[in-house]
Amino acid sequence: MQINDLINHTSEWLKGTGPNSDIVISSRIRLARNLNKFPFPHWASKAQLNEVLEKTRQAMGKVDVLSKATLFILADLDSIDKQFLVERHLMSIEHTQKTEQKAVLVNDEENIAVMINEEDHLRIQLMQSGFNLFEAWEIINGIDDALAKLLDYAYLDDFGYLTACPTNTGTGMRGSVMLHLPALVMSRQIERVLAAIAKLSFTTRGLYGEGTQASGNFFQISNQVSLGHSETEIIENINGLIRQIIEQETQAREIMLTKSKEILEDRINRSLGILKSARIITSQETIELLSMVRLGSDLGMIKDIDRRTINELFIITQPAHLQKLENVKLSSDQRDLKRAELIRKKLNLMGA
Amino acid sequence: MLCDICGKNPATVHLTEIIDEQMNELHLCEDCARHKSAAMEQQFGLSDLLAGMADFEKPSSDKEEEPVTIKCPACGLTYADFKKIGRLGCGECFNAFRKYLAPLLKRIHGSNQHVGKNPAKAKITLKPNKKKSGLQELKDQLQKAIQQEAFEEAARLRDQIKKMSSQQDSA
Repeated sequence: MQINDLINHTSEWLKGTGPNSDIVISSRIRLARNLNKFPFPHWASKAQLNEVLEKTRQAMGKVDVLSKATLFILADLDSIDKQFLVERHLMSIEHTQKTEQKAVLVNDEENIAVMINEEDHLRIQLMQSGFNLFEAWEIINGIDDALAKLLDYAYLDDFGYLTACPTNTGTGMRGSVMLHLPALVMSRQIERVLAAIAKLSFTTRGLYGEGTQASGNFFQISNQVSLGHSETEIIENINGLIRQIIEQETQAREIMLTKSKEILEDRINRSLGILKSARIITSQETIELLSMVRLGSDLGMIKDIDRRTINELFIITQPAHLQKLENVKLSSDQRDLKRAELIRKKLNLMGA
Repeated sequence: MLCDICGKNPATVHLTEIIDEQMNELHLCEDCARHKSAAMEQQFGLSDLLAGMADFEKPSSDKEEEPVTIKCPACGLTYADFKKIGRLGCGECFNAFRKYLAPLLKRIHGSNQHVGKNPAKAKITLKPNKKKSGLQELKDQLQKAIQQEAFEEAARLRDQIKKMSSQQDSA
């Protein structure tokens, strides 16, 4: 697989299916792992990083589900390609910096991605569509077991898996659920919900993980604590919290439907109208309007546009995606034109 | 001392803020510190925060050993480096800085005892479980031996611990 093959492909986790997929976009689990006897990436020499890359690459080649995946060496990619992989949630923004000896392994379905030599030697990620953390855990646990037989992980019985940053030590696990909460935002209940989440020592982040702000009614919620609880306990805790948030969002949607259906319908259809006719549109406005269209689709107010198309539009209207699609470097103004054109084409095709 | 922000709860977290070269001391309660740290995390990034937290771990009365000078024998990272960058250097750092990391981990996670999965090839390690009292004694001896650089003795103790843990595990 080449990087350009990804453009016309929809990631498995974007299909818009799975449990509670009207509110939960995706579920993700990542494991941080390091090799024994090697300094963590930020403290390692070039030669050591090369050795880590070589060892992990060989090991992954022997693991069934990873053997057919593609390894992208980041030093070989240009800045648009790197940004493109971030926009597809296959790697972090941090991984685009100082790229020597860094790599990312991606399978064809794009639900598995392994970053090599990011903050830790290995960051294994599994993404699922909908509310599905346990299924994600089962798959990633199997991959981790297979790798543990081939690699000597840095581990201590009392501290667990050892990581560069002590906030990841222990299980090395972060479970995250991406939620779409437009009704809680519109009814101004979101602040209260986010405050409660922080109190329970969970973190809320934006669309691209660490260091990004929540936007367009999307919130990524994940565990903060990785030590002192087993992986399944951590997942159960996240699940319990997510179930409550889903319930609150569902209630807020129901209340809006009974109390202010016309206003809601107006907003949703205006959003769709703008998307279908705009000639210039920024990414921020796109995310906000698509969020309303998605709500309209979830509530059955918009029937001719499916969830998968909306999910796809979120991804392909991002800067690097637009430039890959057009195959030229575009300025921000040029992108706003191209973005509007692409959205019009996709939506008018569906609604016709 | 009461919290500088809410003025209600006792201040347990002490921060030094530097804005425009002006140093500012803040004494906060846990709740306000948490809000403050969320804002700071966006401003400064997590590593600075962590480095700050590591600072709190320094036992203020204990002057005999200045933790910043401790150096990881495997990778050469000092505790001062860790405080500065907020990242450990390698797995062995966790043994080298154990005395200071154990309370730091407890502060971050509410626990410093791992209970999740362990790798199939996990190395038998120095400090398995607190409850195993015979083992604990051996481990303390091992720590001492390492500190005194009595490596032959340490190796003997390590093997003994290894044997004892595997017996307990199979029991």
